[in-house]
Amino acid sequence: MADAANQIPNRIPTNLVVNGVRRTLDLMPWTTLLDALRDHLELIGTKKGCDHGQCGACTVLVDGRRVNSCLTLAVMMDGAEITTVEGLARDGALHPLQQAFIDHDAFQCGYCTPGQICSAVGLLAEGRARDADEIRELMSGNLCRCGAYPHIVAAIQQVMGRP
Amino acid sequence: MINFQYSRASDVADAILLLTAHPGAKLIAGGTNLIDLMKENVEEPSRLIDISRLPLRKIEETADGGLRVGALVPNSDLAYDPLIEQRYPLLASAILAGASAQLRNMASVGGNLMQRTRCAYFYDTATPCNKRHPGSGCSAIEGLNRNHAILGTSASCIATNPSDMSVALAALGALVHIAGPSGEHTMALTDFHRLPGDTPHVDTNLGAGEIITAIELPPRGFAHNYSYLKIRDRLSYAFALVSVAAALELDGNAIREARVALGGVAHKPWRSLEAETALRGQAATIEHFSHAADLLLQGARAYAHNGFKVELARRAIVRTLMQAASATPQSQTHKKIA
Repeated sequence: MADAANQIPNRIPTNLVVNGVRRTLDLMPWTTLLDALRDHLELIGTKKGCDHGQCGACTVLVDGRRVNSCLTLAVMMDGAEITTVEGLARDGALHPLQQAFIDHDAFQCGYCTPGQICSAVGLLAEGRARDADEIRELMSGNLCRCGAYPHIVAAIQQVMGRP
Repeated sequence: MINFQYSRASDVADAILLLTAHPGAKLIAGGTNLIDLMKENVEEPSRLIDISRLPLRKIEETADGGLRVGALVPNSDLAYDPLIEQRYPLLASAILAGASAQLRNMASVGGNLMQRTRCAYFYDTATPCNKRHPGSGCSAIEGLNRNHAILGTSASCIATNPSDMSVALAALGALVHIAGPSGEHTMALTDFHRLPGDTPHVDTNLGAGEIITAIELPPRGFAHNYSYLKIRDRLSYAFALVSVAAALELDGNAIREARVALGGVAHKPWRSLEAETALRGQAATIEHFSHAADLLLQGARAYAHNGFKVELARRAIVRTLMQAASATPQSQTHKKIA
């Protein structure tokens, strides 16, 4: 049967493991992972920049892979493990990338920073970047309008342990 | 975004049944283009059919020595697959020239083929667009058309296909595997996308109720002499003004086989069999590559703001073929054009 116009769908039970904690949400199908994190779980570290996959501020890790949460429907992520910037510190110690961003002053306003750091965590896990040019290319999905790019690259290089 | 229903397909047959039962429905896998278009109210599906869990994620050898790539393989996994890197580096290079690392992690191979144009008027629901609203007119022909097509355009539409991956697939002679209500069939990738004609709202030749299940790469990978050159307004994370996928098989300096496909200049990846035929048996020289460029760009028509693309494409074709001939493919990291 064809779908009736303006028929309101049912909420869909959705299980997510967010920063190691199992959460169950009843979500409308159009709720993005970004909105689920910010508005339903009050994890506002993940930022809404462009909301169109062009800026990378909303970057999170899904099962260890970096993605744009603004272009991800939360109901499609049922069963997935999500890591946001709030989930990177361990036992009160900052993630090495968080510490490196501080060491290198790799931000100005800070709005893009959670996305930059989550993206860099994904970059290191992928293991494809070996030098500054490769970091720049593989971080091109994260814009910084303050222009902190040189310090961001330096911070990532520090954690990679390579010049 | 409008309200929509959501279902999860249990297998390919179920996806086809759901598509057939709900004429306003669309398939969703990575969602990187579709969700964006839904946020802009350009796409307004009554239902999304989630195919992201279907078992279409394998990269397998075919009996004839080619590869079959499942439609749900993420773009990044395809680009970094060891068999692709070794045997089809042109494809790996083109994929890595497109989008960002995050989007490549999300986007599927099938979805890449289905992505829609980035024509600004297609996205702007306040303006006429024959692709979005058949019969409403084309705002780009008399508008800001710097990014638009120069080949195969029509009076209805001058939009371009935005994919980098498809340009390499066109050069490699890839096949698209399709399943639908009347069974399975394959189509050459070069037949999959359409020219706009007077039906620019129809991007592809995928039939009603049909789903892409795989891409097949023929055995010939052109792994030695290839290059993908993408010219754009910034060094990364931008759509092509012009891109060129070139693949050669050489016997000394003589061209045994040549493939050239263009991106950013037409409604589909642009190949010219005449240009490729003209190259076969010739020496790999600038003169012969220039002649091939002329043949590829035969009939090119510029609009008010994109006249530069004709000469840019001509030079890019020659340069990419020279890179391929000298086995020095364009790096997608170190952006200097050698």
